[in-house]
Amino acid sequence: MTTTLDKTVLDMTATDLRTVNTTLQAAAKAQANGAYVITNPRGSHAMACGLDGPLSVTIKGSTGYYCAGMNKEATVTVEGSAGPGVAENMMSGTVTIEGDASQYAGATGHGGLLNIKGNASSRCGISMKGIDIVVHGNIGHMSAFMAQKGNLVVLGNAGDALGDSLYEARLFVRGEVKSLGADCIEKEMRPEHIETLKALLEKAGADAKPEEFKRYGSARKLYNFNIDHADAY
Amino acid sequence: MCGIVGLFLKKDDLRPKLGDMLTDMLITMTDRGPDSAGIAIYGDAAEGSTKITVQSKAPETEFDGLEAALSETLGAPVTATVVDTHAVLIVPEDKASDAIAALEDRGLRIMGSGASMEIYKEVGLPRDVAARFNLRSMGGSHGIGHTRMATESAVTTMGAHPFSTAEDQCLVHNGSLSNHNQMRRKLAKKGVFTRSENDTEVGAAYISSRIADGASLGEALEGTIDDLDGFFTFVTGTRNGFGVVRDPIACKPAVMAETDDYVAFASEYRAFADLPGIEAARVWEPEPATVYFWER
Repeated sequence: MTTTLDKTVLDMTATDLRTVNTTLQAAAKAQANGAYVITNPRGSHAMACGLDGPLSVTIKGSTGYYCAGMNKEATVTVEGSAGPGVAENMMSGTVTIEGDASQYAGATGHGGLLNIKGNASSRCGISMKGIDIVVHGNIGHMSAFMAQKGNLVVLGNAGDALGDSLYEARLFVRGEVKSLGADCIEKEMRPEHIETLKALLEKAGADAKPEEFKRYGSARKLYNFNIDHADAY
Repeated sequence: MCGIVGLFLKKDDLRPKLGDMLTDMLITMTDRGPDSAGIAIYGDAAEGSTKITVQSKAPETEFDGLEAALSETLGAPVTATVVDTHAVLIVPEDKASDAIAALEDRGLRIMGSGASMEIYKEVGLPRDVAARFNLRSMGGSHGIGHTRMATESAVTTMGAHPFSTAEDQCLVHNGSLSNHNQMRRKLAKKGVFTRSENDTEVGAAYISSRIADGASLGEALEGTIDDLDGFFTFVTGTRNGFGVVRDPIACKPAVMAETDDYVAFASEYRAFADLPGIEAARVWEPEPATVYFWER
């Protein structure tokens, strides 16, 4: 462990994953607003997960499964690409991926901002519950499946079956949507949506105008019990 | 869960290091598949000859005198190189099918054959399998490897990947096929037979059968999307090519990296960590239901 300019550097060629994570988790708990740099991550799994407090973590390279899962208050930046399940069940704070994110990025996230500078693959924001996700590139198929709350902003295109079985999450896509999933429809972009989107784009440092986006949401026909269909059950 | 790796060299200077690089990739994927491991490697081709890789349960006795016996049966020169439980027999190209029949008659198990392909696979941890065959010392132009966590058939040598169902063709697979019995029957009607109960071998046989019918590697891989049902990330090798395809659901992980020197495939980025120039490589996730292939 070396400390320079108030940043503690943990080199993963010399420090094992468990030591890195327990060090980061303790630093987050200490509420000291510390700053850590992790070098040579070599695609390790579950890096910087379970951080519960204000802390800045920069990972110099690509990460494997479940990076920054369950994040609370911490700011985690991956200077590379992230494997499946990045920022899964995130509660608050900010997770930034400079490269691409693999499948189910931000799954079940409750809050905070997941900012993906590249593309995200399939199932991005699946079952999201309040998180804000901004993807500067494209997203893959089945994204925002059963998404309940929060905002998914996509500057590029979306794959097949966007927002299938959607609840109340709001989806904003600037490019093409290959197809919409069951019960997901295009909706009117009202002034309050423009405001929300403007703030999110600013926060994510995205160079795009809110007016260029279309909004998609739930038609609310699937998740409400329809008395006229009672005989069908 | 299984781990798959592949490496296709674009330049010759890395050829002597192919086995070494693939071995590191394979061992990194141990967590994904500790049951068995295997590798198919495309080395130097001897003009007019075919290499046949065979496996034996009792190599000390069964490989003893094999070279001379096969040479006598074929009436042609044969070279045998024994590597642990495997032997690579080099026979004249026009004697290859006779040689395979004779080797099967002797109770040996055919791993694969071709002008340049050799296949080594066994039950055990990837680290141990690699050491038994000294995979690190092998050179070549491209190769694919697999670490298996068995689901569809028993943990045996014959159930290990890669599977080869035609000369110089092989396949590794992460996933499971659900229509493999139906497809096995369909292929059998066409005269295409498999050697094991394994689902992946059916996938390999499907691709080989399409190529035999005149399809290109790309077309054959395209066909898997429509004709095979189930979960798959496939990596396939041919004498001069290397291909990747994922099913439309694409829940089995895949990542690729490309530099001026190579194209690499792995189930996880971890397997790339030691590749030369990986920091500057283009790294991406192959799209679902999309065929990627490289040929030289």
